Amino acid sequence: MTPVLADQLVDWSYVGDHIPEIRHALQQHLALTVIAVGVGFAISCVLAAIAIRFRISYQPINAVAGVMYAVPSLALFILLTPIFGLTALTAEIALVSYTIQILFRAIVAGIDGVPDFVRESATAMGYTRRKRLWSVEVPLALPVIMGGLRIATVTTVGLVPIAGILGADQGGLGTFIYDGLARDFKTPLLVGAVVTVALAVALDMVLVLTERLLTPWLRRTHAVAAS
Amino acid sequence: MNGLHNLLVWFNDPANWHGYNGVPQRVLEHVVLWAKAMTVATLLAVPVGLLLGRSRRSGVLTSNVANIGRAIPSFAILVLGVVWFGLSDVPVVVALVLLAIPPMFTFTFTAIRGVDRATVESARGMGMTETRVLRSVQIPLASPLILNGIRLSSAAVIATVPLAALIGGGGLGRYVVDGFSVRDFAEVGAGVVLVVALVLLNEALFAGVIALVTPGPRTRRRRLRMPRA
Repeated sequence: MTPVLADQLVDWSYVGDHIPEIRHALQQHLALTVIAVGVGFAISCVLAAIAIRFRISYQPINAVAGVMYAVPSLALFILLTPIFGLTALTAEIALVSYTIQILFRAIVAGIDGVPDFVRESATAMGYTRRKRLWSVEVPLALPVIMGGLRIATVTTVGLVPIAGILGADQGGLGTFIYDGLARDFKTPLLVGAVVTVALAVALDMVLVLTERLLTPWLRRTHAVAAS
Repeated sequence: MNGLHNLLVWFNDPANWHGYNGVPQRVLEHVVLWAKAMTVATLLAVPVGLLLGRSRRSGVLTSNVANIGRAIPSFAILVLGVVWFGLSDVPVVVALVLLAIPPMFTFTFTAIRGVDRATVESARGMGMTETRVLRSVQIPLASPLILNGIRLSSAAVIATVPLAALIGGGGLGRYVVDGFSVRDFAEVGAGVVLVVALVLLNEALFAGVIALVTPGPRTRRRRLRMPRA
């Protein structure tokens, strides 16, 4: 029976038998992604605030984040194991480090992209520094920041399966991929890969919708431009 | 600092510099995979980016397509490639090409869009043909940004080639995967150091090339000289 199954592209009975496992892996994948992007976003906000307040610190932060980004993901997961063991923490630390470079740059670029005359008008209208940041600069920077969040989220979804090399509890849908590679069995490979891509696309769409909800003024200008 | 010491010992071991698993061989495999992927991706992404960047109507659709392109997880594509093509270099190159296309394409597209309209109109007004406008005005002015896109793609490809080792391919990922399977973290670390070195080399080379092609005071005179009719 086995050789026949190995030749089929998709063994649907395998898929049917593993629905609970797939759901579990999907939840884990989602949790790993959300935590990584959330923590990465929080850290990036702090770093971006420092970089915007103290211009000199931008290049060093960017360079460190850039080198972290250059380390192959597979290797980073592995290199952290002697320190943190084969745990989800190892996976999360590596995933967070990849989001930081993308998010940090996006936040700084977004705030920097606010035109000076807008900033000056806000000041002239009596906005304090903090009020100006939250009511003028952050809303105007939102499209760029959301763009960064989209790339970071989608990248993280794609990196989680690689973390599966650490073991079954760290890789989300990657568990199926490593299982399929180990047994030369195509169905779990396809399940892992296809569901990963679907999750990436779904999360991207959620973020696009969030962006549209958060920036109603952009829709209005589009409508005006179209009419 | 024990890890660093082990790393130095690894690099000092002559056995790691010879044969099929030696550093020169693995670096060569790495660079060959990179070159294949970058050649295919550049030939696909840059011309299409140039053409679509020039046309008036392709804005929204194009940027959406490029964004979806960024949503493709390389590892998943690599695995789908294995299902499709079997274990060989082909799925690796396919996954890398798909990884490399979006940044190059987006940068080429926005670079061509971003060339000053007045400059392009002047070139047309001077009687240049459309091909000539593209070749002598738009591409030179857009080339720093285009090369920046290629630089980003290239760095991502170098850092992603190691995934090939998961499906039995060569390159520096071998050190990472083989080192991990026997818990030899010095070997893993050596793989990482070599990959990061390649990425830094990539950054340096592109920085040099971009500085050379950037239109500026140094090259302006030559660029603006018109052929005498």
